[in-house]
Amino acid sequence: MSHHTTDYIGKPTNRVDGPAKVAGTAKYAAEFNVPNLLYGYVVSSPIAKGKITKIDAAPVLALPGVHQVFSHENVPSLAWLDRSYKDDVAPGGSPFRPLHDAEIKFSLQPVALVVADTFELARYAASILHIEYEEVAHETELAKHLDEAYEPGRGKTGYKPPKSRGNFGKGWKEGVAHMEAQYSHHAQHHNPMEMFASTVEWLGDKNLNIYDKTQGAFNSQQYVMKIFGLSKDQARVISKYTGGGFGSGLRPQYQLFLAVLASLELQRSVRVSLTREQMFSFGHRPETLQHVALATAADGSLTGINHVAVAETSQFEDFTENVVGWSGTLYDCQNVELGYRLSKLDVFSPLDMRAPGAASGSIALEIAMDEMAYAAGLDPLEFRIRNYSDFDQAQNLPYSSKALRKCYAEGAAKFGWEKRTAEPGSMKDGNLLVGWGMGGGIWDASKMPATVKASLDADGHLTVSSGTNDIGTGTYTIMTQIAAQSMGLPLEAVTFVLGDTTLPQSPLQGGSWTAASVGNSVVEACSKLGEALLKQAQQMDHPAFKDAKIEDVEFANGQLRLRADDTQAVVLRDLVQASGEPKIEAENSTVLAKLEMLKPPKYSMHAHNAVFVEVKVDPELMTVHVTRVVNAVAAGRILNPKTARSQVLGSVVWGISSALMEESVMDHRFGRYMNHNYAEYHVPVNADIHDIDVVFVSEEDDKVNPLGVKGLGEVGLLGVAAAVANAIYHATGKRVRDLPVTIDKLL
Amino acid sequence: MNSFTFTQATAVADAVQANAAHDDAAYIGGGTNLIDLMKENVARPTHLIGLKKLGLDAIENLPDGGLRLGALATNADTAWHPEVEKRYPLLNQAILAGASPQLRNMATDGGNLMQRTRCYYFYDLATPCNKREPGSGCSAIGGYNRVCGILGTSDQCIATHPSDMCVALAALDTTVRVSGPNGERTIKFEDFHRLPGDQPERDNTLEPGELITGLDLPAKGFEKNFSYLKLRDRTSYAFALVSVAAALELDGDTIKDARLALGGVAHKPWRDKEAEAMLVGQPATADTFRRVAAKVLAPAKGYGANTFKIELAKRAIVRALKQATEMNQLVDTDAFQNSNP
Repeated sequence: MSHHTTDYIGKPTNRVDGPAKVAGTAKYAAEFNVPNLLYGYVVSSPIAKGKITKIDAAPVLALPGVHQVFSHENVPSLAWLDRSYKDDVAPGGSPFRPLHDAEIKFSLQPVALVVADTFELARYAASILHIEYEEVAHETELAKHLDEAYEPGRGKTGYKPPKSRGNFGKGWKEGVAHMEAQYSHHAQHHNPMEMFASTVEWLGDKNLNIYDKTQGAFNSQQYVMKIFGLSKDQARVISKYTGGGFGSGLRPQYQLFLAVLASLELQRSVRVSLTREQMFSFGHRPETLQHVALATAADGSLTGINHVAVAETSQFEDFTENVVGWSGTLYDCQNVELGYRLSKLDVFSPLDMRAPGAASGSIALEIAMDEMAYAAGLDPLEFRIRNYSDFDQAQNLPYSSKALRKCYAEGAAKFGWEKRTAEPGSMKDGNLLVGWGMGGGIWDASKMPATVKASLDADGHLTVSSGTNDIGTGTYTIMTQIAAQSMGLPLEAVTFVLGDTTLPQSPLQGGSWTAASVGNSVVEACSKLGEALLKQAQQMDHPAFKDAKIEDVEFANGQLRLRADDTQAVVLRDLVQASGEPKIEAENSTVLAKLEMLKPPKYSMHAHNAVFVEVKVDPELMTVHVTRVVNAVAAGRILNPKTARSQVLGSVVWGISSALMEESVMDHRFGRYMNHNYAEYHVPVNADIHDIDVVFVSEEDDKVNPLGVKGLGEVGLLGVAAAVANAIYHATGKRVRDLPVTIDKLL
Repeated sequence: MNSFTFTQATAVADAVQANAAHDDAAYIGGGTNLIDLMKENVARPTHLIGLKKLGLDAIENLPDGGLRLGALATNADTAWHPEVEKRYPLLNQAILAGASPQLRNMATDGGNLMQRTRCYYFYDLATPCNKREPGSGCSAIGGYNRVCGILGTSDQCIATHPSDMCVALAALDTTVRVSGPNGERTIKFEDFHRLPGDQPERDNTLEPGELITGLDLPAKGFEKNFSYLKLRDRTSYAFALVSVAAALELDGDTIKDARLALGGVAHKPWRDKEAEAMLVGQPATADTFRRVAAKVLAPAKGYGANTFKIELAKRAIVRALKQATEMNQLVDTDAFQNSNP
């Protein structure tokens, strides 16, 4: 990239989509007011298990303005096979089919859709729809079903069962210091600000424009195509803006199915949006119960690691995530025993939620590491450094790069860790107990095949497009930066377009892979566009470029010019104008990227972080405040320090939330989450958040991908909750292993 | 939400009359709780009577040295009223501990008394609740009752009154002024809200159709020694697990007069006059406060998830009385605002 003069990569850059969002011109799925729109309201099951015995739709249908009540009794014949209902990230098993039959599988299951002229009428009509149920006993309590837990297979794309190595029993015996404990955390729901909604615009003849809240427009498209037998052209999915996802938009949610069903049946445009309560009716971070045992030799080196997790899943799918695998990678140890099991409950299938698996596993591992450090008489940071992994023992591969040492050093220096006194309760600020704790984590640096088109018009404006998403991560901005730098154009001369299935295909936005996947493809597409522009220059009989190869030229100041003599230049828009075409465009090829996916990796590619947390605890009231956090992150090249910092700030806030307040509380008598609203599902408010310092340590990596980026969506969350719990221990001497650490657990 | 009709009242008599003319009518002030209840189908009034044009939003000095809060004054205007800030700082603190600025800008003082419990089961039509549907049962007993009451509960209901403002109003011996079909009357604050007993559907002692017109604060505001301490799961926009309004009149180190009211623990702001009497004549020491706290919580009963509130309430009482004595008025949050190195 060295030949470019318009250097945007690595510079703090404001969000290009910021003005539209602030001014309210950015439209979300439920805001497309297409003509003659009908409104659907979802009726949810009050019971967790059983069946519907009667639906009395007649009084509702008699209301003027009500068009239809859809339920299992009148849904037309749709795709029959399970695989038609499987989306790109469906776990193994049999996907839930909305309104398929009378069976109730979980509380808040959608049982009917009332469609009316107005939202208000649909909501009222739904409230008087009389449905009778026959209830049967449900099971929702994980702790009561540990005996039935089983090892899941490789159902979900990307999931690998954890691999043990060495002999933990031997390692345990060799150890001179030991720890062993149980950890737990409860279910969490993503609860993005924007609730799930689909506006389906009926264009006639089964042609639909589907405005959907999703993290993957193509995933939604495939899903409705297969179920409703639509062609690609008939099912165009558009998702330009997403008001938060956190993983909840990875799978198509049932409002998409219901809105498309109603639109096709009524041959009208239909919108279905969920309520906040209904945001608790689908995927969530599964509750896990975990066991960790560690042993160390006299020098503090780990002689054995044992980490076993049991997680909930639904009766119909095996939702799997990597909870314990990280424990075999993050620290150096010969004897590692890992286990991961699922137990089926009468709940909806869990779903990936920011740093899925790792967020849960790091709670147990990183509190355990703190406990082990105390048992071994070592400082928690020093203990981690003594067990630093310079080689990925789990994959038996060298790291493509790993700057975790720098995270430890720079994070600790910024925090002032060296002033920490080890004894719990030994640090004070006036009457308040002060606690300093730390943690950290590891996340995959992935890259998926993604297609990007770069198109230069006769005004010299570059439009770069790809059907990816921006769930608030900054995709619009970083792709604009990359493209502008690649073509030597100012940011204003570049527009990045996303979120539409008529654009080149991209993977859904998840796994922290968008920056690497789409970002590198933007470079490739721009490079191909550069070749096309050079060819055009050569066709124009430009003597300077006659024999020039692509290596001989550069793009700068809106010009194509010779590297050796930058006075030899041609303005880019002149090239387009001379071509006689409205634009010159090029698309990258994903052939190599797809082949790359099939080959065994040569390197272990991961992002890392180290988190340092200060809490202050009132010694009588036991109120906890997280007063300072330093999160040092090694994630390869940072494309935009401003949006990157925002990502990590959000992660830290979420970590504090997980540590202190956030949980979906189920009443097992009803099999129902009871705190299903923003007032009672607690996440931090501004007053809960104090100093957060984000440090990006330098990490150059020419092996992970050409841009050297590792992605930032998840890594910042890791270790934060554990570090808070560890800091609380340091302040109070109380070791709480069941998160969140609410006030009642400290009294 | 049901369909409903709406009329805007311009005089108290009209409002009361409109109420009598409809079955299932409801008064609406700021609507910050009623609209939620209607959306959730917990409340289904067929007619709403708007109160915002009644006036009744003035805050005025009374001849006896007290202060009258118009029922339609907003919580925000009340908290920041110079007379309230100067003479009733306990009330100012309590109001500001509640809800969020946006809600306080809408919510009215009369409406604050009328807000209903935030017990999860009351809001979820899929679960039994005696308060919402008398005779259906109490799901909170034996269920997720972390937010529920520990004092004055019954086997029919363990819900709490969610207000912060009302805890201070109870401590300050406020009088509630009401108008109804049978004319005007006043209700002592301690008699306004009621315990659930076997009629948990009744939150208060208002007769059908009665409308709160104002709140009269007596002259004594305990502006020298007071504290409103609220403990909750996050620093703002969360209902109290336990809150304490403490007000003292001191003569040197000796307590001459005391008020103590608790929020988040009962179906009404919980005031224990015997405990207050125990404080009078005693030295304002931690020892005294601990004895009083033990006395207040002696009749408390935990229901599992909320049993911790008994110990938390004791500690909160001691702390609030200590803060009132020393007047180091650091609300929980403020203590951390400037503590970073």
